[in-house]
Amino acid sequence: MEFAELIKTPRVDGVVLRRPFMPTVEGTLCLTGHHLILSSRQDNTEELWLLHANIDSTEKRFVGSLGTIIVKCKDLRVIQLDIPGMEECLNIASSIEALSTLDSVSLMYPFFYRPLFEVIEDGWQSFVPEESFKDLESMTDEWRLSEVNKDFSVCPSYPSLLTVPRDIDDESLCKAASFRHGGRFPVLSYYHKKNGMVIMRAAQPLTGTNGRRCKEDEKLINATLCAGKRGYIIDTRTIAVAQQAKARGGGFEQEANYPQWRRIHKAIERSNVLQDSLIKLVEACNDQSHSMDRWLSKLEASNWQSNVKEILTTACLAAQCIDREGASVLVHGTEGTDSTLQVTSLAQIILDPACRTIRGFEVLIEREWLQAGHPFQQRCAQSAYSNGKLRSEAPVFLLFLDCVWQILRQFPCSFQFNENLLIMLFEHAYASQFGTFLGNCVAERGKLQLSQKTVSLWSWVNRPQELERFLNPLYEPNNLVIWPSVAPQSLLLWEGVFLRWNRSTKCLDEAYQEMVHIIEYNKELQNKVNSLRRQLAQLETEDSPLQTP
Amino acid sequence: MEHIRTPKVEQVKLLDRFSNKSVTGTLHLTATHLIFVESNSTSAQEIWILHHHIASVEKLSLTTSGCPLLIQCRNFRLVHFVIPRERDCHDIYSSLLRLLRPVSYDELYAFSYNPKQNDQQREEGWQLIDLAAEFERMGVPCDQWQLTDVNREYKRFPPNICIGLVKSVVPHLLCFSNVLQGGGHLYLFVSCLQAAVCRCSQPLSGFSARCLEDEHMLQAISKANHNSRYIYVMDTRPKLNALANRAAGKGYENEDNYSNIRFQFVGIENIHVMRGSLQKLLEGVGTRSLSMTDYLVGLENSGWLRHIKAIMDAAIFLAKAVTVEGASVLVHCSDGWDRTAQVCALGSLLMDPYYRTIKGFMVLIEKDWISFGHKFADRCDQLDPDPKEVSPIFTQFLECVWQLTEQFPQAFEFSEWFLIQIHEHVHSCQFGNFLGNSQRQREDLQLKERTYSLWAHLLSENQNYLNPLFSPSFAESHPVLEPSTQAYHFKFWRNMYNQYDRSMHPRQSILKHVLTLQESNRELEGTVQALKTKLQKFGVNTSPLKPQTPPREEDAPASTGGERTVEGSSATENSYGELMGSFGSKNEPGVVTLEFGVARMTC
Repeated sequence: MEFAELIKTPRVDGVVLRRPFMPTVEGTLCLTGHHLILSSRQDNTEELWLLHANIDSTEKRFVGSLGTIIVKCKDLRVIQLDIPGMEECLNIASSIEALSTLDSVSLMYPFFYRPLFEVIEDGWQSFVPEESFKDLESMTDEWRLSEVNKDFSVCPSYPSLLTVPRDIDDESLCKAASFRHGGRFPVLSYYHKKNGMVIMRAAQPLTGTNGRRCKEDEKLINATLCAGKRGYIIDTRTIAVAQQAKARGGGFEQEANYPQWRRIHKAIERSNVLQDSLIKLVEACNDQSHSMDRWLSKLEASNWQSNVKEILTTACLAAQCIDREGASVLVHGTEGTDSTLQVTSLAQIILDPACRTIRGFEVLIEREWLQAGHPFQQRCAQSAYSNGKLRSEAPVFLLFLDCVWQILRQFPCSFQFNENLLIMLFEHAYASQFGTFLGNCVAERGKLQLSQKTVSLWSWVNRPQELERFLNPLYEPNNLVIWPSVAPQSLLLWEGVFLRWNRSTKCLDEAYQEMVHIIEYNKELQNKVNSLRRQLAQLETEDSPLQTP
Repeated sequence: MEHIRTPKVEQVKLLDRFSNKSVTGTLHLTATHLIFVESNSTSAQEIWILHHHIASVEKLSLTTSGCPLLIQCRNFRLVHFVIPRERDCHDIYSSLLRLLRPVSYDELYAFSYNPKQNDQQREEGWQLIDLAAEFERMGVPCDQWQLTDVNREYKRFPPNICIGLVKSVVPHLLCFSNVLQGGGHLYLFVSCLQAAVCRCSQPLSGFSARCLEDEHMLQAISKANHNSRYIYVMDTRPKLNALANRAAGKGYENEDNYSNIRFQFVGIENIHVMRGSLQKLLEGVGTRSLSMTDYLVGLENSGWLRHIKAIMDAAIFLAKAVTVEGASVLVHCSDGWDRTAQVCALGSLLMDPYYRTIKGFMVLIEKDWISFGHKFADRCDQLDPDPKEVSPIFTQFLECVWQLTEQFPQAFEFSEWFLIQIHEHVHSCQFGNFLGNSQRQREDLQLKERTYSLWAHLLSENQNYLNPLFSPSFAESHPVLEPSTQAYHFKFWRNMYNQYDRSMHPRQSILKHVLTLQESNRELEGTVQALKTKLQKFGVNTSPLKPQTPPREEDAPASTGGERTVEGSSATENSYGELMGSFGSKNEPGVVTLEFGVARMTC
């Protein structure tokens, strides 16, 4: 297919771009296969390059022959384009509409994007499961890498290599997989070095209404417990929801069959509810006419902050089981690809200092989200302005990032990265020139040949020039477990994402620069003192023989 | 001392407000404080509660473990003791009831508090903030304005002083004018545009009364400003309230009688609404296992942030009238010492960068709150008064300033700790500044001879209150602050209203971290200099260190208070879930040591 067919009017002059808190720009609007470009005739003014994939929805308005297109983006930005000429405006609008809703993955920009930078470290090769297993092997010999899912037949959404208890053979794994939703049998997610406790994740067991059981599944998860130890199963659904799941063939572990485990139910919402929550929140944040009461009641009605609190609380609970109770944990919801991953990945940030470094955080996202089969393409197809019928869109990953931001706010010195990294990940999960977040699971990514045909986000992020932007100047590594407060008073609205386009950050940015300046000046002074001391010490030793003849 | 029946009770349990944790210790009752000392030897915490800070004491019904005593403080601390024997509990309870309700000013802590200073130091402390100098700074007297001592003896307008007066107005006119304007106080602020901010109380207009002298007075104020043909009159009340006042012979200016005035209501609610609002807010945020929904609904229902926004909106209106239109503004409410004080003080802060410094902020409080007669004694419940007079008017002002510091992190020389500390002492009655209801009463009490000034105390430890990001050049680029008043920019001030609930606070404070670094920078600069001098003795010349941060004037010697604490936090404090005792969970030793928000005792 040729993009040119979709572009009825490639170029319009005299278009005015309006954005809140920014000066209006007048210039020429160009449409290409993947971008909407507005460039002014002046040299120094900024151009707008907008990926069509970033456009969530558009609206048109006409006043006389002046048309206006309001473009709402997946990164929550809203821009207005005033286009002279009704026909041009209609053409542009329908082209944008068509180009931003292309169904075929292979037409996406990452397949056409060629980096302007030299790829020093190929992000596609940066995170291989064998590497992380080596770390694990150095700590314990109770786990092994299994190739049972080599051709993705046991579990289509799992990667080909999985970490499982050493004593469980592949045959048992297959049987256990047939007992779990989507074949997602329990696998290792995290090993807590301090006491050897583990977090495992899975999908719901298929007990159904007649209470089916599976010896291999029981054996598999019991194999992770030391003798005499007990563990916790954290079901991210309420007991009522879990009961209902039985009617559809799902269910939860019966205590009688898993006597060494205690089940805890939490109440993380299902994905369609989360999408609704995002839409309401963004609508509240974009309405400038609010009185205080209306704002607070809309914020409350969106339930976004409640979702943040519930997810964070569940993750803290999992971490508490591991670190405080000295008990292993199995986490699952229904499919094991959404709330489960939120909980296991957040628990690791709380427990493991390595996850709070940039590299460690990338590893975490790669392992717990991309490899673990979070369906990014489905979940991030539409964002908060989607007005059409939703399929399986949900801000599951955004909520995870929000929770990370909350922890970062409470422990501003414990993370090597800053808020910019989280915002960048949010943007790229929804629309990107990189192939990292395309596809829904490892198998799909292999079929799309992403590693050959597209550039990895990590190839770009890990360049020293880019990394600098994501570094937290306050970072001081510590090896502690960090327990965030989950009181409502401690959880804030993530302004960096939700109010990003509705406020001027000039004063805040300048203050941040001042803080960076103080920190850097301190380093500089310390170096100066050290070098002067050395110099002095040297002179003193040289001089001493002369002074004491 | 005669009220203390039991000075010491042992084996008292202190329950945490939000978790199931408790610690055991000894309770001491002194003439000024209630002190709890934890008996755990290693990390023994001490809690000192000043009697004046206690808002209420409640004895709950007897339980198996003892008699619970619930103490609520005005600085938003809430402590829950369990005393083993009911008799002891009753003794403490009745002693406290008596102690927290002093009957005369002489019983207030300020009159017994002695920071070991001599008379001269005390006197100097009181001279630190000088209003005469402040008027000079504003450029008064000038060709349009003069100072008057017409209220010298506080006779004409008993509670308050009167300073500003337009030159062309003959004194007797002023008297008449003020009689009509109720309590009567005028005040001015002179900006570079010659526009003035004046304040007064509501006119006694009723339905039809008028006073020519008052009309002349306003005209004179208007004429003193050549930049604008008109003068704004801001009635900070909701229109309904102003109308209701008419029936009582009071009310608001009739635009037909006054030439060239622009009249405006701004709708800030009265003290009773504000009192109720704070109470609802505190009930909301003091709930155990608070859900997000209940928190947000509680925040909305309390109306607290709505009131804060209303005050801010009014101050912005005032600032715009003066700085953009160059018009003079007369601000009043009913009595002219609550809403008027809030709006004038906040407006001044928006317009004049001086008030955003530590010293300037003290001057602002001294001028707009203390000298113009905000009734601190009544509003802050200093002596056993009418509970209907208590209201968090001043707290709201501090919060508005905090909201501004959030939007403009570089505009203020002080951090929120400064605001919190001022709040602490407005209620502590430890210093003389806020005692009494008016300037006259303060002079009668001879506060300057018998008590100490808070400002001297705060200035002596000002390194604790500095905002490390403060940029003096910010004032040049932003002489007038223009905050956004979008609802989402107003936040709940957790560090004030939950200041003693340590588990809620960030476990690492950026503010503290950067303050420490800045202090270290100053020390290092000194070290570099010293090393260079030494090197010069060896004949080595080093390039001079280029100073990157402008040195501060009030460079205080480095204090040890900047030491950072272990960044611990505990899982048990946060109660994430239903693990309690399921497999015999262990309590974690208290690893959180936070100075943040915990007011330092100064005894």
